[in-house]
Amino acid sequence: MDRRTFLKIIGTGIAGSTAGNLMTPGKSSAADSASGPEFYGILVDTTRCIGCRRCELACAEVNGLPKPDISETANETVFKSPRQLTETQYTVTGSFTTEKGTIFVPRRCMHCNQPGCVAACPVKAMKKRPSGHVTWDSDCIGCRLCMVSCPFDVPKFEYGKAVPNIQKCNLCWERFTQGVLPGCVEACPTQALIAGTRRDILDEAKRRIAANPGRYVEHIYGEYEAGGTSHLYLSAVPFDQIGFRQDLGTKPYPEYSSFYLKSVPFVATLTPLLMLAVGAAVKSGRNGLEKREEKHEEKGKH
Amino acid sequence: MAGEKLETIAVEQKTEDRPQINSFGDFWDYFKKELKPRGNPATAFNVLSGSAIIFGAILLLIRFTTGLGQPVTNLSQSFPWGLWMGFYVMSGAAFAGGGYVLAFIVYILGVDKYRPLLRAAVLNALLFYVFCSVIMVIAFGRWWNIPNVFLGNQFGASSVLLVVMWLFLLYILTSAFEFSPAVAEWLGKVKMRKTVGSLAMGAAALGITLSVLHQAGLGALMVMAKAKIHPLWYSEMLPWMFLISSVYAGLAMVIFEASISTKVFTDQMDDENRQARSDVLVGLARICGGAIFAYFCLDIILAQSEGDLGLVRNRMGYWWLLEIVGLVAVPGLMFIHGAQKKNPVTIQAASVIALIGILMNRYNSVFLAYNWNLPFAEKYYPSAVEFLIAIGVVCLQIWVFRWIINRLPVMRKGPEWAAKIDKN
Repeated sequence: MDRRTFLKIIGTGIAGSTAGNLMTPGKSSAADSASGPEFYGILVDTTRCIGCRRCELACAEVNGLPKPDISETANETVFKSPRQLTETQYTVTGSFTTEKGTIFVPRRCMHCNQPGCVAACPVKAMKKRPSGHVTWDSDCIGCRLCMVSCPFDVPKFEYGKAVPNIQKCNLCWERFTQGVLPGCVEACPTQALIAGTRRDILDEAKRRIAANPGRYVEHIYGEYEAGGTSHLYLSAVPFDQIGFRQDLGTKPYPEYSSFYLKSVPFVATLTPLLMLAVGAAVKSGRNGLEKREEKHEEKGKH
Repeated sequence: MAGEKLETIAVEQKTEDRPQINSFGDFWDYFKKELKPRGNPATAFNVLSGSAIIFGAILLLIRFTTGLGQPVTNLSQSFPWGLWMGFYVMSGAAFAGGGYVLAFIVYILGVDKYRPLLRAAVLNALLFYVFCSVIMVIAFGRWWNIPNVFLGNQFGASSVLLVVMWLFLLYILTSAFEFSPAVAEWLGKVKMRKTVGSLAMGAAALGITLSVLHQAGLGALMVMAKAKIHPLWYSEMLPWMFLISSVYAGLAMVIFEASISTKVFTDQMDDENRQARSDVLVGLARICGGAIFAYFCLDIILAQSEGDLGLVRNRMGYWWLLEIVGLVAVPGLMFIHGAQKKNPVTIQAASVIALIGILMNRYNSVFLAYNWNLPFAEKYYPSAVEFLIAIGVVCLQIWVFRWIINRLPVMRKGPEWAAKIDKN
């Protein structure tokens, strides 16, 4: 790893003194952390984003998607309306007018620590890789429960195709296995995006908040949201002003369905037993009744 | 002993008018003979429903060649599920609940007066699940991969949908087994009738278990949509609410269907059966009213305990009130009132309103209260093609139902020999 890449990963030169974790053998590069248990992620510092949309272009190039026009005039019109991810845009940058001026926010899949989409998938087409990447493959049955279950509304479906795929950011999984940075991170001219293990980028986010009083709100979006995500965001204004939902809770989404799933084997064993027991009780009760009636009749005869 | 008895019955029946089917060839000939329509095929209903089926089939061809986008469906990235999942899979399964509730009452609680309705309810359940599965194939974008859910070794064990699809499959098999005595009687198979008849209670217990699990499972499909469904409709208890509502949905369907079939299939019933039907309607209405009352109380308690009752004073809130009062409480009271006065008209009207309430409730989870805060222009409403395909499938289901009712002993009494087997 050359010095330039290293600086990109930790984002800033000054971070060198505090980025001890980054230099620990085995965790210092993207490829190395594939073998480790640490999740890989991206820290997005929205105070550094200039809304150039080079990440969008890089993403389109890496994934073979239609290339966006990122000239300054095009950007002006694009930022006028709210933007959402689509099946041909895995990352989009939104523009928000806030008390601290215009803030640009690049959004993409959050790569949750415990993703709802992965839990929802009946055929393991949506996978959480050991390195934290949430990827999709073609075993998918197209049920779209992943879309229903994602709190961030990330997976997108190709409705217009006879052979449709689910489309979403996979944190450049292919490149990661080759030890290359995600396309968006590599393209970012201001190091608003830095990649690293979740532990390291979280440390870095905390360090920035501590080192720059007043520059950030004291909240790292994604640290706890929906059980924690591998994409973390820093902001100068409260997150609801820049399009983030604050009502998602801190519980990992798969846990919402775990109560049902855990009760399945219990219901499956206890219900038939209960049914047969009640059935037998009713039957014997009725037989007893009949016998008594018979006796009654016999007595009547005498 | 039992074998001897069986033989005597079989010998006795030889003189009776019983189809002799000893090979697949025999069956095929018999089946072809039975397949022919009975009565005048050119009724207004047949022409309309027949064209709906043909039209639906043509539209399906378009769906499978062009995908699910416009103009086939109005589904979008914000509304991945629509009419098909909401109507057939979510509501249809609830409507099929009569199969397991009646099996519980007749086989487990041993209340014989409801037996004349049981076979029709089981058949109804079986057909609803079969056609639910058909709709899932149509609605799922990569349907050719559906075998992955049942075969191979990549089961998503944490997926509610995996559980639900397996339960659907198992319940189709179980309810087919529950219905098989009627098939045996139709084919004149004495031995088969005796075997399946003796396992009826076990099959009922299994069917009830599978139903309880998947009715709850359908609710569990929506629990991860916490961030999207309006709080008045969302609760982590959704699985159990779906289960309880399936009890009254199923019974309401039995009542509704019984009142229609007394008119449509009147030639299938003897006077005794017709009399029994109006008697049991009162009993079913009472149970149905009780289940609705339980559901109503639980829904209010949930809304209160989750602090959602403060949300009723706006558009979504009024919508919720309309559902819980107009389409749950009102039919519940009508059921109880109709049962007290023994008024079949009130009971039938109540069943229709209750069924509409179920449709509304399932639609709300899937698309009306789903992503409720999106601007109106981005909202989902079903496309014409979605409606037409759904109507075509409904008509096909009615045709299959009618074909079976007119040939198998479902509403009418079975043959004498079958009654003898049950006595022994």
